[in-house]
Parts: sequence; structure tokens; C-alpha cells
Amino acid sequence: MGLLSSSVSITRYQVQGKLEKPILETIAAGLKKKAISDVDDPTVDKAVGWTSFEKPYQPDFDGSSFVYGNYLVFSLRIDRKTVPPKLLQKHVVIESDKRLAESGRPYLSRSEKERIRDQVTDRLYATVPATPNIYDIIWNYEDCILCFFFNLKATNEELETLFLRSFDLTLIRMIPYTAAHYASDLKSTEKDILLELSRTSFAG
Amino acid sequence: MLDIAVAYNRFKFLGEEFLTWLWFAIDQDPSILRKADPDLSSLEIGNRIVLEKRHEKAFERMTIKGENAGLEEAMLALQKGALVAELNLVYRSAEHKWQFTLKGESLNLSSMKTPKTAAPESPENMEGVVLEKIFLYDKILQFLEKLYKTFIEYRLSDNWQKRHVGLIKKWSRSCL
Repeated sequence: MGLLSSSVSITRYQVQGKLEKPILETIAAGLKKKAISDVDDPTVDKAVGWTSFEKPYQPDFDGSSFVYGNYLVFSLRIDRKTVPPKLLQKHVVIESDKRLAESGRPYLSRSEKERIRDQVTDRLYATVPATPNIYDIIWNYEDCILCFFFNLKATNEELETLFLRSFDLTLIRMIPYTAAHYASDLKSTEKDILLELSRTSFAG
Repeated sequence: MLDIAVAYNRFKFLGEEFLTWLWFAIDQDPSILRKADPDLSSLEIGNRIVLEKRHEKAFERMTIKGENAGLEEAMLALQKGALVAELNLVYRSAEHKWQFTLKGESLNLSSMKTPKTAAPESPENMEGVVLEKIFLYDKILQFLEKLYKTFIEYRLSDNWQKRHVGLIKKWSRSCL
């Protein structure tokens, strides 16, 4: 997940759109606007935002702290609360037994069981701390290329959504079709041929 | 421009054809690789190759793992209509070595290891270390981008069916 790790995964993007000048100040404003904030609300189980590459637990986008030569380097941070299923099960059983003892009945209705599960889930989420996950980003602004150091679809989609909301720029994932369409300088007739392609068989 | 989810599913075969062509180029036409990167010393198949065959509703997947593994079965699968879905590659330039896995359907890179760089000793030299690492990633990304452009150029030309497909078929037959 980190660009300095010994083994990394990379998803490539092309950045579409233009930023207002001065560009670095516009980018800093976008990063600050959507910087990660701690999950203080007990009912919220996830926080998504930008953070500093060098100080991922104390985001700071002042000055040119995210500029490295011709590149912009920062990180996506996703803080998520997770309650282990076995811990949830334990507290649901304890709470169910307590209710049964209080009521004197031999069983609980389905709706009572659901309510207990919801209450226990809320209580546990309110007490459990959020676990941070950090994914580094290199943005070559001049060449409109961005590298995201992670490959999982759901996380990639979090990046794409946050990027659009922060900078009003679209990230186009470089998959086989888009890499051909955007990166290969195709003429319009070639783009039409591309759309009509079908799988080649090398059988024989 | 197609919707990204539609394009992903509709054209995943294009990435798999790219990897299949790349395997052929590594074995039969390394001059194409050097044209994409004059600094290249060698490009070899690494420790993993995955082939997939889709026919109507049937789906078969074959994985060959291990250093210096024989690729005869992979070649046989190719002859039976499978395409390369994942390829682990070893890129060498002078005394430096990169190793990574390229996935056909997404063109994502994983398990990428670059030549070793110095660890940052202080905040002052962090920028230098980061820029060195970016340079090392960029070397592979640019190389792959150029190779993909070459492949797309071939793939969209009349010569794809007339020449390239025949050469790949002939190669797969001659290897068994």
C-alpha cells in the first residue's frame, strides 16, 4: 500500500479536466477540504479522506509539503470500525440470556432478537476504535497521470469518488479499453475499429 | 466513450491478448521489447503464468507457478484456445532487476519489486528517496505503456489476422 514498501501494487489512472490557477494552491485547498477527520460520531463506522504521505496521522497540506520534484505525493486514508463477528455473537448471546431471565419467557420473538442484535452492534461500534488504512498516491500533474498503490475495486472506487469531490477532476482507470482509447493516440477511425474488436483465438 | 464497467467486461480479452502477444514477443521477437526500452537487458517470464479459456458458459483456468517452471502445458492450453490472464515478469537493465505481475483484464500491476533503494535516514533526505523510487516505478510503467501502444497498433491493423495471429499459432505449435 505504501510506495516505499518492498512490494507494491499499482493502479494507473489518467486525470481528466483542468484546475484553476495557481494550481498548487487549488490542489492544497482540495486536499484540505477533504482531509481525513477522526471518526468521532459513534454511529459512523467509516471515514475517508486525504492525508499527508510523511505524516499520515497528522495531515498537513500547508506550503509545498506534498510536492516532490514534479510530482504530488499524498495518501488516501480510510478509517474503518470493525467488530469481529465472534465478539458480536458473544454480546448478543449475553444480552439475549439477560432479556430471557428478566421476562421469564422461554424464548424471544424474531423482532426482539433483531432489536437486540442492532442494539449490541451500535453499542460495540460506539466503543471500538477505527482502524486506519493508508494508500499512497503519486500524481504527475503535467502528464495527467496518477498512480494509486492499491488494486482492490472498492478502494479504487473510494479514491475515484473522493478525487472528483475534492478537485472536480475525473480519474479514468487505465484498463485495456481506456489504455487503448486514451493513451495510444488513436485516430477516430481506429477508435471505431477498437469498439468492434472481438476476442482472437490462437487455437489450432 | 463507453461506461467503465461495461468497457471492463467487454474488453478484458484485449489485455489477455496483450499478455499472450507479450509472451510470444519475449520468446520470438525481443527486438520489439528493446525498441520500447533501449536500456532493457532482458525480459523473462517469472514465477507465475495464468491462462484462462472461456467458451460459451464454460470457464477453465490454469496456473503454473515456480521458478524456471516448464511452460509446455501453458503452450498446450494456448493451442486449445486459452489466453494469458496473468504474467509474472522479470525485467533487467544493467545489473538492476525488477519483478512484477501484470493482470490482463485490468492491466494492474502487483507484487512489484524494484531494485533496492536507500532507506530514508532523516526527513531531509525523504524527497530524494521518494523521487528515486518514483523513477524506478516509472521505468516499468513507461516500458509497459510503449509495449501496449505497439500491441494496439498491431491489433487494430489488417496485419493482426493476416500475420501476427498466424505467427503466434505457428510458434505455439513449434514449441510442443
